[in-house]
Amino acid sequence: MKTVINAAGRSVPLEINGQSAIPFKGVGKHKPEGRKYSPPIPTCYDYPDDGNKVVSSLEEALRKCGLSDGMTISTHHHLRDGDLVSNKIFELASAMGVKDLIWFPSASFPCNDPLIKYLDNGTINRIEGSMNGPLGRYVSEGRMKGTAVLRSHGGRVQAIQDGEVKIDIAVLAAPTADSFGNAKGTCGSSACGVLGYAKADYMYASKVIVVTDNLVDLPCFPMEIEGNYVDCVVVVDKIGIPEKIVSGTTQITKSPDRLLIAELTASFLEKSGILKDGVTIQAGAGGTSLAIAVFVHQLLKNKGWKSKFGFGGSTKYMVKMLEEGQMGFILDAQVFDLDSVKSIENNPNHIPYSVFNAYNYHSKGNLTSMMDIMILGATEVDLNFNGNVVTHSDGYLLHGIGGWQNCLHARNVILPIPLFRDRIPVIVDEVTTLCGPGELIDVIITERGIAINPLRQDLIDSVKGSGLPMRTLMELKEEAEKICGIPQKPQFEEDIVAAIKWVDGTVIDVVRKIKTM
Amino acid sequence: MKKSVAISGNSGPKIRSDCEIVIELKSEGGIIIDLTSKVKVLYGESIKILISEILVFFKVQHAVVKVNDSGALPFVIAARMESAVKQLISTDLEYLPEFLPENSYSTTRNRFRFSRLYLPGNTPGLMINAGLHSADGIILDLEDSVAPEKKNEARILVRNALRQINFCGAERMVRINQGERGLEDLHFVIPHNVNLVLLPKCENADYIKLVEKEIAGIKSKLNLTKQVFLMPIIESALGIENSFEIVKGSENVVAVAIGLEDYTADLGVSRTIEGKESFYARTRLIVAAKAAGIQPIDSVFSDVADMEALKQNVMISKSLGFEGMGCIHPRQISVIRQGFAPDETDIEKSKKIVLAFETAKLNGLGVVALGSKMIDPPVVARAQRTIDLAVRLGLLSAKWIDETSPEEKEAKKETIRQ
Repeated sequence: MKTVINAAGRSVPLEINGQSAIPFKGVGKHKPEGRKYSPPIPTCYDYPDDGNKVVSSLEEALRKCGLSDGMTISTHHHLRDGDLVSNKIFELASAMGVKDLIWFPSASFPCNDPLIKYLDNGTINRIEGSMNGPLGRYVSEGRMKGTAVLRSHGGRVQAIQDGEVKIDIAVLAAPTADSFGNAKGTCGSSACGVLGYAKADYMYASKVIVVTDNLVDLPCFPMEIEGNYVDCVVVVDKIGIPEKIVSGTTQITKSPDRLLIAELTASFLEKSGILKDGVTIQAGAGGTSLAIAVFVHQLLKNKGWKSKFGFGGSTKYMVKMLEEGQMGFILDAQVFDLDSVKSIENNPNHIPYSVFNAYNYHSKGNLTSMMDIMILGATEVDLNFNGNVVTHSDGYLLHGIGGWQNCLHARNVILPIPLFRDRIPVIVDEVTTLCGPGELIDVIITERGIAINPLRQDLIDSVKGSGLPMRTLMELKEEAEKICGIPQKPQFEEDIVAAIKWVDGTVIDVVRKIKTM
Repeated sequence: MKKSVAISGNSGPKIRSDCEIVIELKSEGGIIIDLTSKVKVLYGESIKILISEILVFFKVQHAVVKVNDSGALPFVIAARMESAVKQLISTDLEYLPEFLPENSYSTTRNRFRFSRLYLPGNTPGLMINAGLHSADGIILDLEDSVAPEKKNEARILVRNALRQINFCGAERMVRINQGERGLEDLHFVIPHNVNLVLLPKCENADYIKLVEKEIAGIKSKLNLTKQVFLMPIIESALGIENSFEIVKGSENVVAVAIGLEDYTADLGVSRTIEGKESFYARTRLIVAAKAAGIQPIDSVFSDVADMEALKQNVMISKSLGFEGMGCIHPRQISVIRQGFAPDETDIEKSKKIVLAFETAKLNGLGVVALGSKMIDPPVVARAQRTIDLAVRLGLLSAKWIDETSPEEKEAKKETIRQ
């Protein structure tokens, strides 16, 4: 396969799955012209006058929507690890003898591992989405027929709008819906809060199926999915397993080392002056991020300051800031625990906010660039501050990109990460897979010291004399290697098993097949 | 008769940074290493090389070695290998990993011992980053936290940890076992720059003297000169009755701790949060310690989730006269340190004394007097320590003398004259 060296110095192919691909050109360099992709034109006369689009089963809906070989099927991931719908689609497709489908989820979870069966039997050709756990292993070992394509949440919207991915059928699980297809996520036994990740899917897919286990009388209000986009509605017993959709309660880390990292992060935010009255904050739902949220909340309280708004994934710790008056609004793209589901249903200042407004490359501006504090993770960071979130140092594909790449556009991108996990150093000479260019990553905070990107002289100056343990990435790397030893490098074959897209749709890197010994 | 199969270390879904090693001695076939490791891609080769080196070192020529590794560092793998080999062959050899030069520091008799973090002696995962939490002391425990059948392998692991882990300036402590086994433990730790040894369930001065003698023997054999301090732990009624004799048992005793779980069990009463049942024991111990000029240290607080109760506990402890407390979780360290840290009154008083001393020095006076009152050197030293600690804890600027105006300085001296 013909490859070229892209602007990040990575060797990437000019063609992926038979489609031509554009190599990464640099941050903000690729600006496609022309018009956005548009779905086929429907006619209202083809739909029932009484608005009732309910069909008897998912199988019938798939048939009605013309399921056939090679189609692209999309799903959203708001049901997280409790999703009962995605696997069902491919089980039915397999029984119907359909082949070579492309699954285009907004993310996958361990509950999707059974899909390996349908990758093996040819029902699914490839996954274009995130690859976790056993699915990641499957792909890394070169067992998937097509090449995986990994995109950020925003990159997924971009790919849909560019027409790079044309969704044939969007199958959208909805915790509550009416017979016309209006749907929402805030209530029902499978409540997941918001449905923002489904927006691009229902707007751009040729056919849209809404699957619900809580059919209500029209109108299902306030609707997040608008029924005028929907072809069929399917009612099933259960779309999800509630306790796996949101955690009953998200938990702060108990690890002393992670707590130390969280404490250092809060201290850095305070002493650098990044934390201030009116600050905007985004942190994730990982144990360390939650601890940071708690420490930041306390700091805001002590100083009598208020965050203007926080961007979710919301958790009870963010909700607490909102309720106790240290945060003005929560804008929310996904909900992680029950307290947050309750909050978004009841608190008018807790507002659903889709990836369109937050992450999308083809939006006329984005929320992420307005965030003062962006707390992110990484599996690896290299000496040039480049980040990896999809593979581990052993070369295996184990995580999706999520919103990570999009979030790199915030004002201060801070990665609180352990210096080594068990024995595996996190700071390396060169990342195994490049997901985010170092120019966008500002601060690395480890339990053994803080490194600031030399491009951020302002931040370096801001913490001079603060007593914080400032180090260079080289010093941190050497310290880790002194403790852990210098690791060998994983061995790869030539075969490309996955392409990593940058937020603009260009190829920033690829993942190659693991050489098995 | 030695056996032919030995096992050492730990494995399982919850085990991290450790490994389990099974060695089977053979009469032929050379060395076969069967490695399962979550870091095999990154460290597989180096693990195999290390294992081969250790087998050569102990002159084992034919063996099957099964390693189940969950990211153990080399000093851990070496400790597990050595303790397995030593179950199979008799040898006096020790496979010692490099002694890190940064671990050769000593500590002083009067240093603060507010917080000392207990680490189970056979759990390497908790040791590696322990130094980052700023405890005054770190205790590698060979006693209660180590299961009886794991005592031998813990000694070797603790020995290697003393050589290989940088505890970042924390006082390097080991709690040995009771009795004869404790004396044997000393041979694994004294040669590796342990700063202080904790002696559990001390009941009389004779044991202190035995320990002293054993340590002196090891030191003279190896030409070691650094002082090794002792901290007896009193955990019984008899121990309390003999507490003054115990703390006077050696000039190396710098602190004495109380262990309330065992003490209340010995009394046949329950341990309560208010601690009325141990009030006498605690105050008795404090008096004995103060009479001997050493630091009394309180028992650990076992509810690691309840920081508020810990804070209350520290306040009571400090008010009784204790000068420190044990920690069983790193989260407790900062609460304990803040609790025992000097408060504003302490700091103000110390500033006055230090200022008077500095003025006397400038005037070329050997003796410091404040008004008609002479200030003893230890008082100055203690005041200086309080100041240093206040600076270390961020309660006082390092340049406080320069930042104090001349008028303020005068005023301070005046107030202390009164």
